[in-house]
Amino acid sequence: MDYVHLRRQAASLRKGLFDQGYLDEQFYQLEDLQDDASPNFVEEVVTLFFRDSARLMANIDQALDKCVKDFNKLDVYMQQLKGSCTSIGASRMKTDCSAFRECCRDENIEGCMRSFQKIKREHSVLRQKLESYFQLLRQAGPVECATRPNK
Amino acid sequence: MGSGDCELHVLAVDDSSVDRAVIARILRNSKYRVTAVDSAERALEVLEMEPNVNMIITDYCMPEMNGYELLRRVKGSRDLREIPVVIMSSEYIPNRITRCMEEGAEDFLIKPVRPSDVSRLCGRLRN
Repeated sequence: MDYVHLRRQAASLRKGLFDQGYLDEQFYQLEDLQDDASPNFVEEVVTLFFRDSARLMANIDQALDKCVKDFNKLDVYMQQLKGSCTSIGASRMKTDCSAFRECCRDENIEGCMRSFQKIKREHSVLRQKLESYFQLLRQAGPVECATRPNK
Repeated sequence: MGSGDCELHVLAVDDSSVDRAVIARILRNSKYRVTAVDSAERALEVLEMEPNVNMIITDYCMPEMNGYELLRRVKGSRDLREIPVVIMSSEYIPNRITRCMEEGAEDFLIKPVRPSDVSRLCGRLRN
């Protein structure tokens, strides 16, 4: 297997994530925390993020489905989601979460729906790109390191 | 203990699994021993069982009991009041910061918390 080629692909994908604004400087901070003692730290944190964000988004979906909209509850869920986005450097999602919270403050339900659809799209794209990135890293790394972290 | 590093025991409290993982990593990289829990209620259980906690670092916004309430409980306890409590929050709300500092918080950090924030705390604790 051409590990050099795989590493180049991974590096290119990573660069694209930053250049296109999906990730910000906080992702570098996570990478700086990774070391020999915790060699899969970034992937582990990202896995936690997508697990938690999927749960929060399901809660938001349910709350938006209710006839009577609880904007306070929606704002609390979105604050949690935004916090997680901030912690992994998910820059575009973070911006969209802020937009959603503005709509909550204005009690603008159409605005909430629109921004939530955008958040879901960004979430899906980010998940796909990061999964591809970490898969490439696993393939490109030494054989003994090419394992999935526990989910 | 004998190294120059901070080999102290920190109790990290955060309901977000992402933030819990990050703060625990930062603390461990700074040579702290870390116990990470997902609620203030669980933190109080740990404090009851584990006498040697050198610092508590807690998120502000948590369901049920928040970080401010945890701070109040710690500072109101004869056994726990000397433990420094650091509050973390993703929101910069001056009134919130003032309230926590007046209640005896050691520091108030805006998330995302950086290793430099923890180094600063470590330096103060060792002194």
